[in-house]
Amino acid sequence: MLILLPAAAVAWKSVQAGTPEDSPNYKMTDHWWGMLIDVPKCIGCGNCVRACQTENDVPDGNFRTWVERYHVTDENMTSPEVISPDGGKEGFPVAQEDAGKYFFVPKLCNHCADSPCTQVCPVGATFVTPDGVVMVDQSYCLGCAYCVQACPYGCRYIHPEKHVADKCTLCYHRITKGLTTACCETCPTGARQLVDLKNPKDPIHEFLKTHSVQVLKPQMATGAKAYYYDLDGSVR
Amino acid sequence: MNGVEGFMYPNEIALQWSVLIVLYPFITGLVAGAFILASLERVFRVEAVKPTYRLALLTALAFLLDAPLPLQLHLGHPERSPEMYFTPHSTSAMAMFGYVYLWYLMAVLVLEIWLDYRRDIVLMSQQSKGFLRLIYKVMTLGSSNISERSLAIDERVGWIVTIIGIPSAFMLHGYVGFIFGSIKANPWWSSPLMPVVFIFSAMVSGIAAVMLLYMAITKLRKQKIDVRCVDSIAMYLFYIFIIDFSLEMLDLIHRIYEADESFKSLNFLVHTQLFIPHIVIQILMGTLVPIVLLGITQVIKLPEIVRKRMYAVAGCLTMVGIFAMRWNVVIGGQLFSKSFLGFTTYKMALVTREGLLAAIALTILPFIFLWVLIKLLPPWGEEHEAAAAD
Repeated sequence: MLILLPAAAVAWKSVQAGTPEDSPNYKMTDHWWGMLIDVPKCIGCGNCVRACQTENDVPDGNFRTWVERYHVTDENMTSPEVISPDGGKEGFPVAQEDAGKYFFVPKLCNHCADSPCTQVCPVGATFVTPDGVVMVDQSYCLGCAYCVQACPYGCRYIHPEKHVADKCTLCYHRITKGLTTACCETCPTGARQLVDLKNPKDPIHEFLKTHSVQVLKPQMATGAKAYYYDLDGSVR
Repeated sequence: MNGVEGFMYPNEIALQWSVLIVLYPFITGLVAGAFILASLERVFRVEAVKPTYRLALLTALAFLLDAPLPLQLHLGHPERSPEMYFTPHSTSAMAMFGYVYLWYLMAVLVLEIWLDYRRDIVLMSQQSKGFLRLIYKVMTLGSSNISERSLAIDERVGWIVTIIGIPSAFMLHGYVGFIFGSIKANPWWSSPLMPVVFIFSAMVSGIAAVMLLYMAITKLRKQKIDVRCVDSIAMYLFYIFIIDFSLEMLDLIHRIYEADESFKSLNFLVHTQLFIPHIVIQILMGTLVPIVLLGITQVIKLPEIVRKRMYAVAGCLTMVGIFAMRWNVVIGGQLFSKSFLGFTTYKMALVTREGLLAAIALTILPFIFLWVLIKLLPPWGEEHEAAAAD
């Protein structure tokens, strides 16, 4: 009975859930999504964080995207001073010191092609879509938090009310309708750009050819698709 | 931010795995260790530990029944846990839990206990009355033949089950170590040695637990403790403890010598927040002191009463040390940022689903299970009493 009753409940829920909303003109196999982050362009205004929280109803204290401010001096190159007050949602305090350099680094799920979070999920509730977006089926997730532990970038959290894993969906509900993500839409400097690596007309191809681009923690070999232009070596 | 030092990624501040996840490897470790002790008698014919054979099996079962409960209580959606059985994700180490658990419970432990007790169950089903009689009748599973030939078959099959059980016990706990050891994002966990360390620490904790239980229960029953038996158990505990400690030190020395990008952060953690639980409780109090105590009993001929007391103290400290080891792995592994630039703290709640009271209840529960099992299937036969009297 202990096994059968919950099993029946799960089965009934899946029947009730039906099929996902269709986007008739969208063909998943034609796309391979990622994001380009132009680090020098980010001014740390926090627009992206606020837009994401509003668009996706992100609970307070958790973040699908956030901005970090690095302060690197000659003395602390390997252990820079980093702050991200409330995820950088309301911007940053004025820098106190003149020494060294300051820069902002927006963070979000890297939508890894070989994502460790997907690998460890015991029921396959987290998965990579054919168009390269790492998603969570929240009607299926157990809330074990193994994926949170497995993400090297700290991009996942357990939703405090839904008790399931939650993370950036790359605004999947928007990009499948031809829109860009909420964070890209509101970025005043164009520091964040949604990219489609399968679209030959996407300017990302030219950008990757002519610029020095890096991913976070390349040693993790996760196939990260958040590409950072002009990323300082001190960034973690 | 309260409780945070340096920089944490904003989603890292609250710990995801609580004291309940500390209990999970601790309890499964006791199961595996207790079973290995039982197999010493069954497979390796170590006659001296025979008085603890059945107690070890029942202890393993009592703790195995408790093992999934901390996990279940920790889940955000416990009602969805059957999905792990019905739609397991083949690349997930955790997805195998249900199968490893069920295999170990049904194909190894319950089967071995049933085969070993079958004669007693049949006799009790004939001698007892009322509801108990019905319970024993059901437990016979319709097999009431206790002829010499039939019991010889039980013995033979039981031996085969134990042979299968030893790698299964290793798998049960090695797999728990793999859950942690395979997380490349976390340098505190990520190590191929982790499953091996977990297996040996499981043997240490399980053997110590059965030794303590045997001594305590025998005292409570006002029977004489079989010193030859506890001497043997203590000897095995000592040698396995040395292997376990060597492996842990190998891991530690390797980390210190290699000193990769995470080293400064982890080193700071071990010298601050984890100093008491890791250095003092786990290594000094919970490992070195019991090893020295057990070592002394191996090289110096001490009076019986002194030996028994030293075993009791060493056993208790071992349990504390292994619990601290689980704590330091699970909680310690979440106290530092994956950016290696900051640290958070763990504040255990008291009366919540994953709080201290729930942890205490889940620690007491296997002893209640064990009490029921002992009442139902007394582990001490006449021959055991005779052995103790000698």
